Amino acid sequence: MMIEALIAVCLVGAAAAFLAPDRYAGRLAFGVSLLPLIGSLFMYSQFDASGNALLASSENVAFYTRTTWIEVGELFRLDWHVGLDGISMPLLALTTILTSLAIVSAWTPIDERQSQFYGLVLFMEAALIGVFSALDFFVWFVFWEAVLIPMYFLIGVWGGPRRKYAAIKFFVYTNIASLVMFIGYVALVIGLGVDTFDMADVAQALVVDGAAPSAFPGVSAGALKTAVFFAMFAGFAVKVPVVPVHTWLPDAHVEAPTPVSVLLAGVLLKMGTYALLRFNFTMLADVAAEFAWLLAGLAVVSVIYGAMLALAQQDLKRIVAYSSVSSMGYVILGLVAYTVYGVGGATFQMVSHGLISGLMFMAVGVIYNTTHTRMVTDMSGLADRMPITTGIFLAGAFGYMGLPLMSGFAAEFYVFAGAFGATESIGTFAPVFTALAMFGIVIVAGYLLFAMQRTLFGPFSLETDYEVTRAPFHDVAPLFALLGLVILLGVAPEIAFEMIRDAVGAIPAVGGA
Amino acid sequence: MAEVAISDPDTYKVLAPVLLLVGAAMLAFLIDSVDADSTNYRLIAGTSIAGTLAALGVTIWYIAIGVGVAGDPNEAGVQGLFELFGGSLIVDQMALLFVAIVTSVTALVLVASYDYLEGQPHAGEFYSLVLLAATGMSTMAMADSFVTAFIALELASLPSFALVAFLKDNRGSVEAGLKYFLIGALSSAIFLYGISLVYVSTGRLGFSEIATSVAEGGFDQGIFAIGVLMIVGGLAYKTASVPFHFWAPEAYEGAPAPISAFLSSASKAAGFVLAFRVFVEAFPIASVANGIEWMLVFQVLAVVTMVLGNFAAAVQENVKRMLAYSSVGHAGYALIGLAALTGGGAYNDFVLGSAMLHLLVYGFMNTGAFLFIALAEHWEVGRTFEDFNGLATKAPVASLAMTVFLFNLAGLPIGAGFISKYFLFGSAVTNGIWWLAAVGAITSALSLYYYSRLAKAMWIEDPADDLRIESQPVGLYTAVIAAAVVTVALLVAFNPVVSTAVDAAGALLA
Repeated sequence: MMIEALIAVCLVGAAAAFLAPDRYAGRLAFGVSLLPLIGSLFMYSQFDASGNALLASSENVAFYTRTTWIEVGELFRLDWHVGLDGISMPLLALTTILTSLAIVSAWTPIDERQSQFYGLVLFMEAALIGVFSALDFFVWFVFWEAVLIPMYFLIGVWGGPRRKYAAIKFFVYTNIASLVMFIGYVALVIGLGVDTFDMADVAQALVVDGAAPSAFPGVSAGALKTAVFFAMFAGFAVKVPVVPVHTWLPDAHVEAPTPVSVLLAGVLLKMGTYALLRFNFTMLADVAAEFAWLLAGLAVVSVIYGAMLALAQQDLKRIVAYSSVSSMGYVILGLVAYTVYGVGGATFQMVSHGLISGLMFMAVGVIYNTTHTRMVTDMSGLADRMPITTGIFLAGAFGYMGLPLMSGFAAEFYVFAGAFGATESIGTFAPVFTALAMFGIVIVAGYLLFAMQRTLFGPFSLETDYEVTRAPFHDVAPLFALLGLVILLGVAPEIAFEMIRDAVGAIPAVGGA
Repeated sequence: MAEVAISDPDTYKVLAPVLLLVGAAMLAFLIDSVDADSTNYRLIAGTSIAGTLAALGVTIWYIAIGVGVAGDPNEAGVQGLFELFGGSLIVDQMALLFVAIVTSVTALVLVASYDYLEGQPHAGEFYSLVLLAATGMSTMAMADSFVTAFIALELASLPSFALVAFLKDNRGSVEAGLKYFLIGALSSAIFLYGISLVYVSTGRLGFSEIATSVAEGGFDQGIFAIGVLMIVGGLAYKTASVPFHFWAPEAYEGAPAPISAFLSSASKAAGFVLAFRVFVEAFPIASVANGIEWMLVFQVLAVVTMVLGNFAAAVQENVKRMLAYSSVGHAGYALIGLAALTGGGAYNDFVLGSAMLHLLVYGFMNTGAFLFIALAEHWEVGRTFEDFNGLATKAPVASLAMTVFLFNLAGLPIGAGFISKYFLFGSAVTNGIWWLAAVGAITSALSLYYYSRLAKAMWIEDPADDLRIESQPVGLYTAVIAAAVVTVALLVAFNPVVSTAVDAAGALLA
C-alpha cells in the first residue's frame, strides 16, 4: 500500500496547493513533497524485490498490489497492478528527490500564479510515481498521459517568450507518439488473444511461454511483433528523445522555467527510456535483438549529432538541453547491448543523468535569476561574483563529462563496458559503435568547457544591467543536494547498481545474448 | 418475465422514478400557482431538485437490488423484469440505466439553473417544464411499443421547445426555439409516418410483436424498409445525428446554457435508448433479411456524423457552437453501438454496452461543459474562444473542472471519457468492424485540437484587462464541480457500471 499512499499524498497535496493562497503555496508544496520523498527513501531501505518485475513471479516484486479494476465478463480484465523492482525503485526515488528540489528551486523564478504552479507539479509527481510503479498497461497508460497534461500547462503558462509554441509542440509530439504506441500495444494484445493488458502477463506469455501473436489472419506473428516493436519504439523515441524526433526538446527546455526543465530532463525523459526497457527490450526482446545494429546506429547518431548540436549553441540552456539528447543515446546503446552491464548501465545512466541534468539546469537557472540572460556571449567572469554557483556548475559539468568518482563516470563506464563486447546482439561492429559513442564524450567536454570558460572565467562583464550578487540560500541548497548525490553514486554506485543488476539480470537471456 | 397488472402496486413501485419526476413537476406548478403575483423561487427549485434526486436515488437503488434483471420477483416485491400496461412499457436494466443518466443530468441542470435563472420571470414554469421533459425522456427509456415511444418522445420534445425559447426577450433564444420546433415537428411527422408504414406491414405496434411478424415475413418489404428508414430519421433528430443534426448548433447556441446541457446530454441519451430498443428488439439482427440491413445504415450515419461533427467543431469560433458540434460528433461515437453489431457477432453485448457507457460518461462530462458555459454566461464572459482568455487566473477551480471535461471529451485518460471511448472502439474492433474504430480514433485525435484550444485560452493566454468575475454562484459551482468529480471518479469506479451496461445489452440482445 506504500505506492498508493505516495500517490494519494501527492494528489491531496496538489489539491491543497492549488487552493492555497499564492504566498504560502511554495512552502506548502515543499512540505507536502517531503512526505513522498521520505516515503520513497524508506521504501528504498526496505526494498526486498529480486528479479525483474515483468519476468519474476509476483512474490518477488516489492510493494506489490493487484486487484480487479474493470472486468467485462470473460472478455477482458483490467487490474490495478503496481509494484517495484530494481529498475523502477531508483527511478521512483529519483522522481521524489527531483520534485522536492525542483519545488525549492521554483521559489525564486516563479512569481505569479504560484498555487496553480505547485498544484500542477505535485499532480505530475503523483502521475510520475504511477508511471514507474504501474505493472498493468492501462494503469500505466493513464499515468503516462496524466504526466503530459500538467507539463503542457507548466511550459505554456510559466514559460519564456515562445512558451505557447513550445507547449503546443510538446503536446502534439507526445500525444501523437502516445497514440501510435497505444495502438501498437493493443494490436499486440489482440494478436496474442489474451484477456488482459497486464504488462507482466503479456511479457511472460511472450518471453517465457514463447506465445506467438497470430490472431490476425494474414499477418504472421513475426511481422506483427516487428510492426508493434517499431510502433512502440517510435512512440517512446519521441519521449527519450532519439534523433530525428528530438526537435520538441530544445524548444520545450528553453521556454520552460528552470524547475520545469529540471523535471523534464531529470524525470520525463526517463519515462521514454524506462518504457523502452519495459516494453521493447523486455517483451519484444527478440525483435530488439534482430534490429540491434539499427538501434545501435540510431543511438550513436543521437550521441554524436546531439553533441554537435550542443556545440553550436549560444544559449546555456540549449547547450544543456541538447546534451540530454546525447546522453540518452548512451542509454539506448546500453539497452541494445543486451548484456547485464549494458542494460544495467543504461538504467544507471537514467538515474545519473536525471541527477546531473537536474543539477545543470538548476545551475543555469540560478545564473539566469541573477543575470537575466542565458547567452554565453552576454556574460563572462561570473566566478568572481558567484563563486559557489560557479563551483557547483563546474562540478556538474565534470559529472557530465564522466569524471571518475562522479555518477556520470560509473554510468558511462558500465554502458561502454557492456556495449564493447556485445558482439552477439549488435554484431561484429559492436566495438566500433561503442568507440564512436565514446567519442561523443570528447565533444561533450568540448562544448561544456568552452561555455564554462567564456561565461565563468576571465574579466567580469555582463550585457544586461543587473546587479550580480550571490544567490539566496534556497537557490543554492538544491544544487548542493544534487551534487552530493552525484558524488555519492559515483563513489558507491552499488547503492543503486546492486538492485539494478539484480532486476536486469534476466534480460540478456531474453534477448538471446 | 413478469407481466404486471395495472392494479398491482408493483406497477407503481417500479415506476417510482418516473412518478417522482411527474410529482415534482406538478408540485412545482402548484406552488407557483398558489400566489399568482409572487414566485417562491427557492421553494420551487428545492422541490424540483429534491424530486429529481429522489428519482435518481430510487433508480440507483433499483439497479443495485436487481430490478429489471430477468427472473421472477422475489419476496422483496420489486425485483425482476417488468412489463407494464399490457406490454407498452418495460422496466429492464437498460431502462433503469438510462433513467439514471437522465435524472443525473436533470439534477445537475436544475442545481445550476438556480443561479442562472435568478431574476428571470416564470421560474416555476421553467422547473416544471424541465421535469416534464425529463419524465418524457425517462419514459422513452421504458417504451416498449411505438405508441408509448411516440407519446414519450412528444412529452420530451414539447417542453424542450418552450425551454429553448425561454429567454423570450433574447432574439437568439427565440429564433433557436422556432428552428428547433419546426425541425422537431418535421421529424416527428417523419417518425410517425415511419411507424405507420411499419404498422401497415406488420400489423403490430409492440416491439416484441413486430419482431415476431418480421421473422415470419410475408409483407411488402419495400414499404417496410421505407418505414424503418423513416424511423431512423426520427431518431436521428432526437440524437442530433446526421442527417437531422443541423438544428443542434442553432438550438444549443441560442438556448439558455443549462437547457443546452440538458438537451445535448439527456435528450440525446433518451433518443439513443429508444433507438437501441427499437432496432435491437423490434427489427432483430437475426431477421434483417426480411427488412432492411439497418446496421449498414447506421455504419454510414456513424462515419458521417463523426467526421462532420468533429470537422465542423474544429472551425468554430464560438465556444458554445464548438460544444454543439462536438455533441454531434459524440452522437457519431454512440452510433457505433448500433453500427458495429453483426449478425451472430460474439461481442454484440459488449458493443451495445459500450455505447451505453459512453452515453453515461458523456452525460456528466458534456453537461459539465455546458454548465461551465452557463457559468461563463453568468459572468458575462463572452462567447468566442478569445473571450475565455486567461479565465483560469480569475476562476481557477471552475477552469480546472472545465479542463477535466474538455480532456475527457477528447478522450485523454484522466477520467472516464477515455475508458468509455476505448471500450467503444475496442468493442468495434473485437466485433470485426475495425474501420469504424479507426474513423473514431482519427476524429477523436482531431477533437483534441479544438478541445485543447479552449483549455489553452483559459490557462495559457493572458486575460483581457476588463475580465472581471464578480460572483461565485453556489448552484452553478456545485453542479460543475459535482460533474467533474463524477467524471473522474467513474474512471476508478468503472467496474459496477460496466457490468450493468453489458448485462443490460446482453439482456436486450438475447
